Amino acid sequence: METPEQIKARLEAALPSAKIDVVTNDCAAGERSLLVDAASGLAVARFLRDDAQLKLDYCSNVTGIDWPDKELTEKIKVKQIVDGVEKEVEEVKKTLRPGFLEVVYHLYSMELKHGPVVLRLRTGNRADQTHVPSLTPLWRGAEFQEREVYDLYGVMFDGHPDLRRILMWDEFEGFPMRRDYIAPDDFEYEPTPHDEVLEAAKKHYPTEVKA
Amino acid sequence: MIEAGLKNELQKQGVYVTTLEDLYNWGRANSVWPLTFGLACCAIEMMAASMARFDLARFGAEVFRPSPRQADLMIVAGTVTKKMAPLVVRIYNQMPEPKYVIAMGACAISGGPFKQGYNVLKGVDRYLPVDVAIPGCPPRPEALIHAIMTLQEKILNQKLTGPDRARHLNADVPGEFLVPAYGKQDLEPSKNTEVWQPPAIQR
Repeated sequence: METPEQIKARLEAALPSAKIDVVTNDCAAGERSLLVDAASGLAVARFLRDDAQLKLDYCSNVTGIDWPDKELTEKIKVKQIVDGVEKEVEEVKKTLRPGFLEVVYHLYSMELKHGPVVLRLRTGNRADQTHVPSLTPLWRGAEFQEREVYDLYGVMFDGHPDLRRILMWDEFEGFPMRRDYIAPDDFEYEPTPHDEVLEAAKKHYPTEVKA
Repeated sequence: MIEAGLKNELQKQGVYVTTLEDLYNWGRANSVWPLTFGLACCAIEMMAASMARFDLARFGAEVFRPSPRQADLMIVAGTVTKKMAPLVVRIYNQMPEPKYVIAMGACAISGGPFKQGYNVLKGVDRYLPVDVAIPGCPPRPEALIHAIMTLQEKILNQKLTGPDRARHLNADVPGEFLVPAYGKQDLEPSKNTEVWQPPAIQR
């Protein structure tokens, strides 16, 4: 199968308006993925499905990821004049990367027996720009999994035929898989609390055993 | 009441003496019809218990009914999520008296490994009167059979009359329980305090 770079080059030739990046992965498997801007997500996905060399006709998995706001630190060498002598001084530059939500699709080809091609779509932020195009019109199997991502992460899929909660009940408020979700405090007695459970237990009753 | 010693002696002579209560309970204890109702992996063990290898039929409890209207016993086999809890209570309410509940496995007893989660009920006894609890994750079919035998023992010792008579013979005791509603974060109410009170913690 083609490498992500080759796919990217062909995609850019076919769809000049699409912004595509190859996301590297530092882990042992080193699987790279295609990051596509949300606006051209549907067109790129259609290309991947219909292209004669790829024929990615099977969407095996849809996942959500929550990326909260992150402070990135960068060390830059700056020339400074210290005591009349020019010196190179290291300076730490901090930048805030605003958070976003990400949806990951794993695509395979049943016909050509290859894959996966990993496709990533990102939302603008985590509050009001949480829309990405739904790929359910292309791969019907993505329907329930996109509903699950909506249910647990709050990603709005434009063009989804039936976007409702699937695991939690309809009246539920909030998105439980987000990093900043705070579950209701319904702690109950634990015989042997430890770690986070111990911290929660301390709020409710004395955990020190009297000698 | 007939003395146990006299009853024994008469039986040796081929005379069988019993009470209506014993006969009634004996009949009921040996035809417990469970509801075909599984929530998670414990249900796999429940199925195994009813199949040839473990043969639940030996204890008169093999007639798994697909309708709550025909069932005597609800085996809560598996994790009760907060989304499922109102449905479990509603199914229990649809069962005719006399009815019993077995909480099978760690999840049905206490929430099990999911107890600290936001979506799992911390034990089905929050809403239903549990007769027998089976620990295990999941419990072996033998454990389920033991639970059914324990339940049979409980049925055999139920009284037909008097203040401590069986629940289904006492009109003052409720046969239906509160069905919780879905709230914004949790079920409302999060527990039925008429059925369950949090245990007092002593330190």
